[in-house]
Amino acid sequence: MSYLELASISHYYFNEKHCTHALDNISFQVEKGHFISLLGPSGCGKTTLLSIIAQLINPTEGTIKLKGLPIDQQNIAIGYMLQQDYLFPWKTILDNVCIGPKIRREWVTGDYDKAKGLLTKVGLTDIANKYPDQLSGGMRQRVALARTLMTDPALLLLDEPFSALDFQTKLILEAFMIDMLKDYQKTSLLVTHDIGEAIAMSDDIFLMKANPGAIHSHISVPEQVRNLSPIEARKHPEYHQLFDQIWKEMNQLDTENDASRV
Amino acid sequence: MTPKTTHPAYNVYLQQLSREKRLIKYGQSIIFICFFAFWEISSRLHWIDPLIFSSPSRVVNLMVRYLLDGSLWFHMRITVFETLAGFFIGTIAGVILAFFLWYSKRFSAIVDPYLVVFNALPKVALGPIIIVALGPGYSSIITMGAIICVIVSALVVYNGFHEVDANYIKVLQSFGASKWQNFKEAILPASLPTIISTFKVNVGLSWVGVIVGEFLVASKGLGYLIVYGFQVFNFTLVLYSLVLIAFLAALMYQGVAYFEKWLLKKLR
Repeated sequence: MSYLELASISHYYFNEKHCTHALDNISFQVEKGHFISLLGPSGCGKTTLLSIIAQLINPTEGTIKLKGLPIDQQNIAIGYMLQQDYLFPWKTILDNVCIGPKIRREWVTGDYDKAKGLLTKVGLTDIANKYPDQLSGGMRQRVALARTLMTDPALLLLDEPFSALDFQTKLILEAFMIDMLKDYQKTSLLVTHDIGEAIAMSDDIFLMKANPGAIHSHISVPEQVRNLSPIEARKHPEYHQLFDQIWKEMNQLDTENDASRV
Repeated sequence: MTPKTTHPAYNVYLQQLSREKRLIKYGQSIIFICFFAFWEISSRLHWIDPLIFSSPSRVVNLMVRYLLDGSLWFHMRITVFETLAGFFIGTIAGVILAFFLWYSKRFSAIVDPYLVVFNALPKVALGPIIIVALGPGYSSIITMGAIICVIVSALVVYNGFHEVDANYIKVLQSFGASKWQNFKEAILPASLPTIISTFKVNVGLSWVGVIVGEFLVASKGLGYLIVYGFQVFNFTLVLYSLVLIAFLAALMYQGVAYFEKWLLKKLR
């Protein structure tokens, strides 16, 4: 039995004039502690899929199971990280980190200490009483990670969390994130359109195609690359081979997509 | 601290800056003095009819007399109280209405046409009806001051609620937040600057409502003095009230502006 199971998820967006087919019959499984990437062009429904797993929207069809039980019947925390940190500018860093348990009404005394511990873990000390606008972009995204980990999420959903950062910060944060997630043994799903990021970070990659959004293929990242840090992985010969393979596949999907539109 | 770097040109720049500020102050004072001097002179030389336009010296004399016999304080107190009450009631009711519009899409869709009509309607035209319904007294005048700003602040604040970045809500919802929690944690604090900006507009509006209300019904207050002065052809009294109103309204506006600055600084 897999940790996370998606069974024939389909989703349609409705409005007065259109019924848009966003996701078509998506099924896959994720093992505990694995890191999965959903790779695809914009408009392939990656973010919709994440929102469905996070239960922000209900799928039109299909079921999601976590540890063998339907996800909506369990009171489990799911961590969701967005493109930008979206820290609340009027709250201190400490209050930002603590917002999860407060919203979930699971606040216990001692959570402040837990939050401070997490901030130290993400490499930030002595900033608990500062405000978000006093921090750099990379620091803010680390705070967002601490906020996400605060509720001990059973699952971590990452919606291109590095896309708004400069390249150097992005590489550093990728490596940092992988270490953190291994430490905490988190099962994670990353949405991205960056092929390199997907290969460098994941155990498995699901390549998605658009119109309607569906899984095109499943690519397993070779062991040698998997066990390297994201920065080292980018230098491995197998990385380049895989990059080329995925690049070609995506190009082909693109041409097919364009052809079907004409 | 940042290291102290300086350059001779910087001192020149600072000097220019303070010179510019001084010039602006001079310009403002000259306009003020010229206006009152011209008014006084033209009235004394009968270029304008002193019976209608009075003169600054007469207004000041009246002001001193009323200050000494206590009637300045008496009328001013009443009008200021009515305006403040109208302002607070109107603004708070507006924010509450905006909350319900935001909370329920259906409610907002249902009341939308009525809001449009009520917003377009000149509220002072409701004066006679309000007075008949609530009786001649404070309550009608305060209602006039409140009703004139309630709808427009509701619409502005509701718009502000909608402009809050939806991703803040997404963050809260990923923790399972309720609609009320969304409002309390994200929508309200993010819209505070918008809410405060309606305060400034509402101060002016509630003065309009209260003065018109006093025109219609009151037997005390600054609006009443204007109507009374008009009826007995005492235009010194009319102008005296007008000067007082202008002064008080400006004072209140400045008060709100300071409050806004203070609050935004606190919220950063």
